[in-house]
Amino acid sequence: MADPHPDNAETLVVEEHVSFGLLALCHASGARLEQVQALVAEGLLRPTGSSRADWRFPGQALPQTRRALRLARDLGLDLAAVALVMDLLAEIESLRSRLQSLDAGRSETRHSPLALEDPLAARFRGR
Amino acid sequence: MEFKDYYATLGVERTATQEEVKRAYRKLARKYHPDVSKEPDAETRFKEVAEAHEALIDAERRAAYDDIAQRHASGQAFEPPPGWDSGFEYSGRGPGNGPGRKARGHAGPAGDDADFSAFFESLFGRGGREDRHRRSSGGGPEQGRDHHAKVAIGLLDAYEGAQRMITLHMPVVDAAGRTTLQERQLELHIPKGVREGQHLRLTGQGAAGHGGAPAGDLYLEVQFLPHPVFRVDGGDLSFDLPVAPWEAALGATVKAPTPGGSVALNVPAGSPQGRRLRLKGKGLPGKVPGDLYAVLTIALPPMTSDSDRQAYGAFAHAFASYDPRSALEA
Repeated sequence: MADPHPDNAETLVVEEHVSFGLLALCHASGARLEQVQALVAEGLLRPTGSSRADWRFPGQALPQTRRALRLARDLGLDLAAVALVMDLLAEIESLRSRLQSLDAGRSETRHSPLALEDPLAARFRGR
Repeated sequence: MEFKDYYATLGVERTATQEEVKRAYRKLARKYHPDVSKEPDAETRFKEVAEAHEALIDAERRAAYDDIAQRHASGQAFEPPPGWDSGFEYSGRGPGNGPGRKARGHAGPAGDDADFSAFFESLFGRGGREDRHRRSSGGGPEQGRDHHAKVAIGLLDAYEGAQRMITLHMPVVDAAGRTTLQERQLELHIPKGVREGQHLRLTGQGAAGHGGAPAGDLYLEVQFLPHPVFRVDGGDLSFDLPVAPWEAALGATVKAPTPGGSVALNVPAGSPQGRRLRLKGKGLPGKVPGDLYAVLTIALPPMTSDSDRQAYGAFAHAFASYDPRSALEA
């Protein structure tokens, strides 16, 4: 298929440069209005703005919403359960990365550096 | 076409009840769902599991499948006889409407919800999947749908930013409502410093609009192709840096690769195996640039001559009292 506007496509990193209103988030994620509202009510999505009409969702809300809908569909969960699952998954993820950095830190300290006294080092260099 | 043994995929007997099918699916979904799983081939495995579940959880589909399965052993080439399904009257219940599938219909026509196998479609058609391609009901202007897909890019393209031609396979719904896969070439601008898992929005590159309304957008989820040297963790990069035993013991200045070219790196004296040396800000660029870590691995020089052997002998002699396994003794 010929690309009608090959040079005009504007490319933005969603997580850094894009935010969505309620309808735009629905359009981009394929979610229904009431599904996005439910995810807000569950605290999974946190828009800024006081009323629904001024809700602004950060770019990150798009992958979060799509992930929530996939989990609901494929695991047969309602959105309240999905919000809990995603909280727990995020917690597991942060525990995993803490564990990893602890392991990495320990690999530096657990093996004590070679106990090289100066005369010995000098002897090595002298060879 | 390969015959698919859906019972084997789910690990259930042919006589399994619907409850057992559901249980097996749940267990495998927990293991392989790409949003939950850390298994390396989760996505492929889950697709197979979801397809098997879709075929067996619906009583009508299961009956039709069993009928065919009786005549075919798994793995044989499979061609559905023309009109074989005329004896079955589908109630038109799409896969989207089964228990626990309430939220279906959300996904864009492209992207991570890739379609089921040709085998599945030859048996059951694409009928049930049509609800994802909701046609506009009114005649008024309507913005085109947004499309979602994944794109795999090279690490160095993300590091420096790049223009690349990519090929996407997009399902396109024609006037008669049929879906066909079309190849589409697209010039992609890769923004400098994009991270794995982030999404790119290409404005106006989704489905065409109706009635003069604008086209939808195209969203691409970024994945990195494996790099032979650098591993990626968010914005941080790491690589293994081999050093000779004397470089680790005495310290040395060695040449080390970075995505931006090689640098001289100071290995401190007395560095143990696995020590991570951080090059601050030398990872992926960005508002908060990532770091680059060199992970030391101590390489033993090969022994190819008598003098090599003597060198190792002298080493052993000099360290006669050193016991590398002292920590193992109770």
